[in-house]
Amino acid sequence: MGNGLTISTLLSAFGSTVLLAALSAIGALVLGTVVAVLRVSPVRVLQLLGTWYVNVFRNTPLTLLMVSSILGATFILGINLDPTSIKGNAFRWAVVMLSVYHGAFVCEALRSGVNTIPDGQAEAARSMGLTFGQSMQHVLLPQAFRGAIAPLGSVLIALIKNTTVAAVIGVSEAANLMQVTIENEGSGLSIFLVFALGFVILTLPLGLWLTSLSRRLAVKR
Amino acid sequence: MTEPLVVLKGVNKHFGDLHVLQDINLSIGKGEVVVVIGPSGSGKSTLCRTINRLETFETGSITIDGVPLPEEGKELAKLRADVGMVFQSFNLFAHKTILDNVTLGPIKARKIPRAEAEKRAMELLERVGVAHQAEKFPAQLSGGQQQRVAIARSLAMDPKVMLFDEPTSALDPEMITEVLDVMVALAKEGMTMVVVTHEMGFARKAANRVVFMADGQIVEENTPEGFFTAPKSDRAKDFLGKILTH
Repeated sequence: MGNGLTISTLLSAFGSTVLLAALSAIGALVLGTVVAVLRVSPVRVLQLLGTWYVNVFRNTPLTLLMVSSILGATFILGINLDPTSIKGNAFRWAVVMLSVYHGAFVCEALRSGVNTIPDGQAEAARSMGLTFGQSMQHVLLPQAFRGAIAPLGSVLIALIKNTTVAAVIGVSEAANLMQVTIENEGSGLSIFLVFALGFVILTLPLGLWLTSLSRRLAVKR
Repeated sequence: MTEPLVVLKGVNKHFGDLHVLQDINLSIGKGEVVVVIGPSGSGKSTLCRTINRLETFETGSITIDGVPLPEEGKELAKLRADVGMVFQSFNLFAHKTILDNVTLGPIKARKIPRAEAEKRAMELLERVGVAHQAEKFPAQLSGGQQQRVAIARSLAMDPKVMLFDEPTSALDPEMITEVLDVMVALAKEGMTMVVVTHEMGFARKAANRVVFMADGQIVEENTPEGFFTAPKSDRAKDFLGKILTH
């Protein structure tokens, strides 16, 4: 170390960022969908459970969730997700916390998607004898996802940038490498610019693609 | 009247303070076509929606083929599969093709194999005259075509009774006939139908009975001819006077 930033360390750090973001995006999508279904279900208790989840995790700072996963969950409660390595445990907890946190936002984006669907769609599904689960799976969720691509895209982009918070628990992603580099080399504008450019490259094309996708897949009524 | 298929006994429902269904008693026989008519806000659409429990009711009972309406859940879903419903605003699934709209119910609710469901769906689409549009999406069809697809979608479930909630009210005048023709043909084949409509031509041509509702009550029941030429109640005379004068 101490020889400054090399292309290979930079790529491996951003690789780690991408992996962290990809796994967390899948987790957040699954969790958020489940919570959204709870929130629109006809059962009062399940609705409350969904609302509670969103209110708790949407209003908690991500840094606090990250730190509590190590200091709270791992050290105090002894929940170690990878006993073979400290780095592995931190990485897995980062995936969990990013998923849990962004799941709340995915849920709300999806719920806004559900709200774009006219009431008649659900009524038609119910009146032909589909159960709640079948109406959700075949009629409401497909239309909700297509109506919510733009807000879901914003959540995904926020998630990619929020992976930098995982640096506080020592996950060696891009922001962590930046801190290490600054510590070794001293801070310079060029270092910030390199990392900023890295995130622009990750998020900008993605945003453009999602916008065009949301136009192409919009449900015509 | 033939053996009763749908029986409503003492059904009451409120929307807040508004008593929308007041002690409704109605019996609909197998193969009977009942037209429900009345001023807006009279509760006729609510009555129609209550029969398959899209609207809940507070007191009274509704039975279909002798079976009382269950509460929410799988049992209710099973019962709804036997009751076809056609809406004012068609409500075709916007993200699915015409063919998929018609096969969804049979495949998922009836567990019929896809190939068989598609064959039957094409027959039904042929019958309502939109088979050549099977691969299109609902938004690409005219209102009249969409409503005929909606009828085919209901028929695909082989329902015991079909409910029509103002099926022609959202259509342009020149498309009303094509939908009514399909409905008249259905009636002639012996389908049990409850039709909320203002189409007197249809009532005269196909209905066995006209039920006149006002302010949440059934005011009068009569044959179509009897009702339109010699209404008994003042409320019905007043209503017919308003809609027949122009």
